[in-house]
Amino acid sequence: MNYASRFFLLPVLCFFLISFHINCTSRTSPVDSGIKTGTLHFGNQTEPQDLDPQIVTGVPEFHILEALFEGLVILDPRTLEPLPGAARSWDITSDGLIYTFHLRSSARWSNGDPVKASDFLFSFQRILSPALGAEYAYMLYGIKNAREFNTSEISDFSRVGVSAPDDTTLVINLGKPVPYFLSLVAHHSWFPVHPATILKHGKIDTRGSAWTRPGNLIGNGPFKLTDWEVNRIISVEKNPFYWDSSEIKLSKIHFFPLENNMTEERAFRTGQLHITANLPPQKIAWYRENRPEVLRIDPYLGTYYYLVNVNKKPLDNVNVRRALSLAIDRKSLTDNLLKGGQIPAVCFTPPNAGGYSFEPTVRFDTTEARRLLAEAGYGPSNPFPSVTLLYNTSESHHLIAQAVQQMWKKYLGIDVVLLNQEWKVYLSSTQEKNYDIARMGWISDYDDPNSFLDMWVTGGGNNRTGWSNSAYDSLIELASITNNKEIRFGHFRKAESILLSELPVIPVYFYTNVYLLHPSVKGWEPNLLNIHNYKFISLE
Amino acid sequence: MITFITRRLFFQTVPSLFLIVTVAFFLIRLAPGGPFASEKSISPEVLKQLNTHYGLDKPILVQYTDYLKNVVRGDLGPSFKYPGRNVTELIAEAFPVSLELGVYALLFAILAGIGAGLLAASKPGGARDYLSTILSTSGICIPSFVLGPLLVLLFGLKLGLVNVSGWSSASDRILPSLSLGMVYVAYIARLTRGGLLETMVQDYIRTARAKGIPESTVMIKHALRGALLPVVSFLGPAAAGLITGSFVVETIFSIPGLGRFFVTAAFNRDYTMIMGTVIFYAIVIIFFNTLVDITQALLDPRLRSKLNEKA
Repeated sequence: MNYASRFFLLPVLCFFLISFHINCTSRTSPVDSGIKTGTLHFGNQTEPQDLDPQIVTGVPEFHILEALFEGLVILDPRTLEPLPGAARSWDITSDGLIYTFHLRSSARWSNGDPVKASDFLFSFQRILSPALGAEYAYMLYGIKNAREFNTSEISDFSRVGVSAPDDTTLVINLGKPVPYFLSLVAHHSWFPVHPATILKHGKIDTRGSAWTRPGNLIGNGPFKLTDWEVNRIISVEKNPFYWDSSEIKLSKIHFFPLENNMTEERAFRTGQLHITANLPPQKIAWYRENRPEVLRIDPYLGTYYYLVNVNKKPLDNVNVRRALSLAIDRKSLTDNLLKGGQIPAVCFTPPNAGGYSFEPTVRFDTTEARRLLAEAGYGPSNPFPSVTLLYNTSESHHLIAQAVQQMWKKYLGIDVVLLNQEWKVYLSSTQEKNYDIARMGWISDYDDPNSFLDMWVTGGGNNRTGWSNSAYDSLIELASITNNKEIRFGHFRKAESILLSELPVIPVYFYTNVYLLHPSVKGWEPNLLNIHNYKFISLE
Repeated sequence: MITFITRRLFFQTVPSLFLIVTVAFFLIRLAPGGPFASEKSISPEVLKQLNTHYGLDKPILVQYTDYLKNVVRGDLGPSFKYPGRNVTELIAEAFPVSLELGVYALLFAILAGIGAGLLAASKPGGARDYLSTILSTSGICIPSFVLGPLLVLLFGLKLGLVNVSGWSSASDRILPSLSLGMVYVAYIARLTRGGLLETMVQDYIRTARAKGIPESTVMIKHALRGALLPVVSFLGPAAAGLITGSFVVETIFSIPGLGRFFVTAAFNRDYTMIMGTVIFYAIVIIFFNTLVDITQALLDPRLRSKLNEKA
């Protein structure tokens, strides 16, 4: 071997020597050592924006906040029914307008301070303060005068319908009945924040202060923050001051921001994670075949659909929209393309949203689709003009769009141009209604059909279709003022029937949550909101 | 030399940075969709508050002059995406990771690249030359997003030697460094080979050989020094690129480096973060280019005298 060869081989040899050394050292995987120490290793998609429950809006953030804070109620992971949280019980007046929460006298913040009703008042005032710019402030709009305070119509917080007669009693006065109120209260926007900590690092409405850093953050949840390294790890450990700490089985949770789902899947395979946030669609078949015990496909309260710009020709014609919907073979999409257990959307609201289900209305019928298109005046003598199908850049959206393009071409002879745009450009296009047809998805924050149906009212912020129907608006309004479940659902059914007859949105499929779960994780119950309270989780 | 550096700083660096900041500032504002655009609609009142909070409600020229003033003071502003963090802090946390990864990748690239170049040039046209050429070309052709997962598959999943992702243990540095450095190995090998072949026919090499100096000494001590000039020129921008992070490698291996911010900041329209990363990258590039000029002067006496003349 000459000098040049030696020079070249040096780094290669170094690599193998180091690797050999590592191999000789016995390696226990984080998953195995985690089972022994009660440490859960959690794949959590992305780096959280922040850990302020009143600022953040994403799912990865919620996964961490669930460990650090506790709302008045928590949701039963199996049934999504409300269970006592920071409040040990509550009373509701017969008209459903006043909720009185009785807080636990044993509830403590992670520094040992008692959790008081006034802390909740402070928190509600904070999220509703206009200067905080909280995107989820609207989640509290059910409270009397909350919207008015948030939009600066009133400036006196004492006029907002919340009060604390004593340290353990919190009274919430609603402007009108909100039958899903307890489900709403479990959302992180309702979590309390520690007033002294907030005021130590800024004012009540200071956005982005340092109060959420390790060492500063004080929460009232089952775990407390110990470490936060950006893009690397967030660690929490059992909070000894939590009122129910003796029931907490986990000692620590490590959250890893693994943005790439292929990387996350490999980390799971090599024993670095107990749970992943996702599973790449191309891996589903392999896991189904080879490791079904770790594959989880849970229903999810979300709908994937196409928005239709009803102000644009030829999509302003309802028969055209109906023809387009009838010519989508949804079952073929979910069975042959998506393969993740997704359910073909036969209506708009996913089944069993807060106990509500709508009868199957959306069908696949190419003969009827062709007839409707002809009725709309399109045929060999008057060919259908080309329309654009917009989606944000993503392989899965692209595949679905391609399949739908083919279906519309095959069954209706329609030419569709596919257009993908980068996320923010696509958002701007849909907001400005600068599209013909655009893909969209909606995942609910609470377990109620209202989340899926009230967005299509005239002028609704998320109604980017230009569609308006006064009968629909009236029905949604009627549903919002009654506390009777049957009457409410009756209004929703009528409203959904109008929506699916007019089709400003074409439902495609209902989401599922596909992920990997190590068999050692116990108490991880599938549910529609993907909520998993860590106090019920153990490692065995 | 000091005059040269001073001139470089005041007449080239400052105007370049000013130009970069100005162009980047206005370019990112032209992109559709703002930092607060989201799938779920934000109420006009909240949007107004957010714009006021970050000063986006002011006229664009006022925003620009405010930003320039803050930059001069060393304040890169708060991140729009991460409300509790400011840009300087995020860069300060992520850069050491990218720097560490970049240094390992660079060391690997230099050692393996020069080694492969020597191997190839020691017998031009021979089997070693072809082998080295094949390896180099493969290195250039295989992008890191292919090489990374392949290395993970072999050393992480099949052999179980290293973790497949993360940045905790010492072994976590191996695969990312190889993935990142491999393409530079190839370039350095080609440049070293070319430089050596050119230098080996020079008169002073013949003189050295005539003196009876062993071939290995001739090559490494005499020829390599001259042959490395193009490598050094290449290493300037390459090092800047390596130490400021790679989006692809950092994503594949889940490394908390700076590379990810370059791309995600643009996707998120995190204006201050985009500006921060652009300014930081520009400074690093300018620094390394200056370093290259100085190193070249140290390696080549002809350049040194020219540089002094210029100064």
